[in-house]
Amino acid sequence: MGYVGKGIKKIDGMGLIKGASSYTEDIALGHNYLTVKLLRSPHAFARIKKIDTTIASKIEGIECILTYKDVTDKRFTLAGQSFPEPSPHDRRILGEYVRYVGDEVAIVAGTNEETVLKAMKLIKVDYEILEPVLDFEKAIDHKSIIHTEKPYTSFNFGNEHMRNIAAQDLLVEGDVEEELAKSDVVIEHSYHTQAQIHGMMENYIAVTYMDFQERMNIISSTQIPFHVRRHVSKILDIPRSKIKVIKPRVGGGFGGKQTAPMEIYPALITKVTGKPAKLVYNRKETHTCTTTRHEMKLTVKLGATKDGIINAVDIHGLSNTGAYGEHAWTVFSVVGQKTLPMYRAKARRFYGEVVYTNMTTAGAFRGYGATQGTFALESAVNELAKKLDMDPSVIREKNLVKQGEVNPTLNSFVGEKSIVLDSSTLDECITRGKEMIGWDKKYPMQMLSPTKARGIGMAVTMQGSGIHGIDTASATLKLNDDGFYTLLVGVSDMGQGCDTVVAQMAAEILCVPVSKIIVNSTDTDVNPYDPGAYASSGTYVTGNAVIKAANLMVEKIVAGASKILDISEEDIEFNGDSLLLKDGKEISLDEIAYRLVAYEGQNQIITTGTWGGHTSPPPFIAGFAEVEVDLETGKVEMIDYAAVVDCGTVINPNLARIQVEGGVAQGIGLALFEDIKHDTKGKMISDTFMQYKIPSRCDVGDIRVEFKPSFEHTGPFGAKSIGEVVINTSAPAIADAVANATGVRIRTLPITPEKVLMGMLNTKHSN
Amino acid sequence: MEIKLKINGISKDITIKEGEYLQSALKRLGFLNVRKGCETGSCGLCTVLLDGKPTLSCSTLAVRGIKKEITTLEGESVEVAKFAEVLTDEGADQCGYCSPGFTLTVIAMKRELESPTTDEIKHYLTGNLCRCTGYMGQLRAVKKYMEVK
Repeated sequence: MGYVGKGIKKIDGMGLIKGASSYTEDIALGHNYLTVKLLRSPHAFARIKKIDTTIASKIEGIECILTYKDVTDKRFTLAGQSFPEPSPHDRRILGEYVRYVGDEVAIVAGTNEETVLKAMKLIKVDYEILEPVLDFEKAIDHKSIIHTEKPYTSFNFGNEHMRNIAAQDLLVEGDVEEELAKSDVVIEHSYHTQAQIHGMMENYIAVTYMDFQERMNIISSTQIPFHVRRHVSKILDIPRSKIKVIKPRVGGGFGGKQTAPMEIYPALITKVTGKPAKLVYNRKETHTCTTTRHEMKLTVKLGATKDGIINAVDIHGLSNTGAYGEHAWTVFSVVGQKTLPMYRAKARRFYGEVVYTNMTTAGAFRGYGATQGTFALESAVNELAKKLDMDPSVIREKNLVKQGEVNPTLNSFVGEKSIVLDSSTLDECITRGKEMIGWDKKYPMQMLSPTKARGIGMAVTMQGSGIHGIDTASATLKLNDDGFYTLLVGVSDMGQGCDTVVAQMAAEILCVPVSKIIVNSTDTDVNPYDPGAYASSGTYVTGNAVIKAANLMVEKIVAGASKILDISEEDIEFNGDSLLLKDGKEISLDEIAYRLVAYEGQNQIITTGTWGGHTSPPPFIAGFAEVEVDLETGKVEMIDYAAVVDCGTVINPNLARIQVEGGVAQGIGLALFEDIKHDTKGKMISDTFMQYKIPSRCDVGDIRVEFKPSFEHTGPFGAKSIGEVVINTSAPAIADAVANATGVRIRTLPITPEKVLMGMLNTKHSN
Repeated sequence: MEIKLKINGISKDITIKEGEYLQSALKRLGFLNVRKGCETGSCGLCTVLLDGKPTLSCSTLAVRGIKKEITTLEGESVEVAKFAEVLTDEGADQCGYCSPGFTLTVIAMKRELESPTTDEIKHYLTGNLCRCTGYMGQLRAVKKYMEVK
């Protein structure tokens, strides 16, 4: 192997650091765009009784103001999912009802920002204020119904809109009640995971214009260019052939840009006015008017023998989708899909509801439900260990699913046949993680001084690699006339490095340096279809497509040369640089490439590979946290985090390592700081980085990463995914470390000093 | 109002609006990589060097740049390229959106601190947020660039 497994530099890295113009804002120059802004609702739930734009429209420079009376009443979802979307179609471009503080009321376009802001102040809106649903635990059968109109659903995922239920899920195997009844020990606890802000550094931005072929061009910072094309086509009634979506470099996404919260607005302005339009969300809009992680309450029941054999896992979930149901059911079902297969148990069940509330809409976020589920399940397993007075690593040793075992819930969907776990080194990950953190010496805690305690804790988790039976990607390779290749893919690199990883895979098969492969992942006109960058599918799904295209390329080069040179294919050996002929002659790739495209060959070689998987092989991670707690203030400080990952073959160790470090850090944010606060009327008040604290470099302690590769037979060169799994263990491992240091078990994230201190004070009082 | 700003060694006349911040003025002049991330002085993306000191251009009035040496990424191309080599070697570049502000701060730190400790490095850079990398790879790269252990 020459290029796979090497820590090759990111192919876009040097250019990005040196400041090349690469992002939407940098390349969207020179069109004299109209500035588009959205007038937003100040109320969490209201009906627009009257809206008057007469005075605002008269302002010089105002081009267009649209309200719900001016737009289609077609309903849709903005979730970036393969069609038919498993999300309820419960949105309109603009509606008579507004359902959270920030919901869109009017689209205003004018020559510059000042003019538009002035006009926005002059739009008169008369609201009938309705009682909002702000507590998601009170949403079901609340007297306020958030969507009185039945949303279209592509299939039955339990939408009961008149009860404020967006979706429901049930995944069950065996008789849970019976197994719980037979168990020596049953524990039951509820865990609360908060909504989380993606906090990518580049805010949302989209620009639109009609090009010389009268086609709608959309430049957007998105993870899902092909889904954006479908959305805009359906919603604005423009044929798909008349839309081109361009995806420049993306300044971070984390799942946020898997929903398309803004592209339709400038596109509509361009459609109406014929003029170029630009919409930029400021940081406040990025935080409040796009999507967040789904807040969840998960109640876990575990039944076990006194020897620590887990008989039953039972999880009831309640998820808060906010005002609209983007990714409501899919995120929720992943809670069950990525927790139930972890432990061998005779019975397991996940069930519950996703509810509508009058809050910012939730959507896709790295980890996609597995994060929430892992916090609950792994915390419960740690609590079970405590109750049985066992080492938490030992209880996992006894129960964790192992490579080669058949698991009935591993296939994710009810009714599908059980599948074998093809690859897992999770047991080795745990052993190595224990060594790295010094588990045997440090567990459960050490007193550093009368006021400082250090505790350690652990958690394990899995994710998938693409969505099996659905995600299908294509890759196209072109041999250029000068003997280098262009690799066209539709997956979106938003920093994770997938453009580099797919280039490495192609380089490996074509036996050329990565520099000879130009990756193009720019736009929907040129690149082959790919669902986009989500569900941890880049390396696994698109990578497999690249391998198919590359193998085909090698075949076609040899076949093409055989024809030109009039010798049999068997007498040609292709080594990447050149073709070695049986008679001892050598012809360079450069020469053959030129001769193929020229009059002599008339054979431009372009190959395409398309691939979709029957399974979604899980990567695994074992995470170990060491924290120091100030016993006088409750402040938790990260000291050390050891993460050991099985992502199959590691295609690029450097990039994979950074993925793990970044994911763990984002998980530390979820565990310790990140908290969305609202005022009593439902307005988000932690709407900037000033109030919403993401980890800085002084907050994360030391994060150390190692790999324990397995070989996944369905994966490209044996690889599985890595992007999402790495965020999931931080919160439960840290919660356990805090519990071990203080005796206080925090079941509601984030683990703030107040909660820890109050926990310690309450324990003292009750003693 | 009309002001004169010296940017990367070259004087430029620019008309600014009342109360205009340096970030917006630089952007209008075509320095596209002077980015804006947070609007609250919390993220460090808009960092430029004012007389060599890292400064948040999103919360510095453009007039404060008068009679000062303003340096953007373009003005430090040699050092930027050196640091970029080290950072990409480490794989510690992800989305790249925070890179200009971060890189300028690192360059200023190298000139200001002699053999800094890990804690001193973290402290110097703490105002530069990054949501992608988890900071560890950046730290490894910065240490190599600073030639400290």
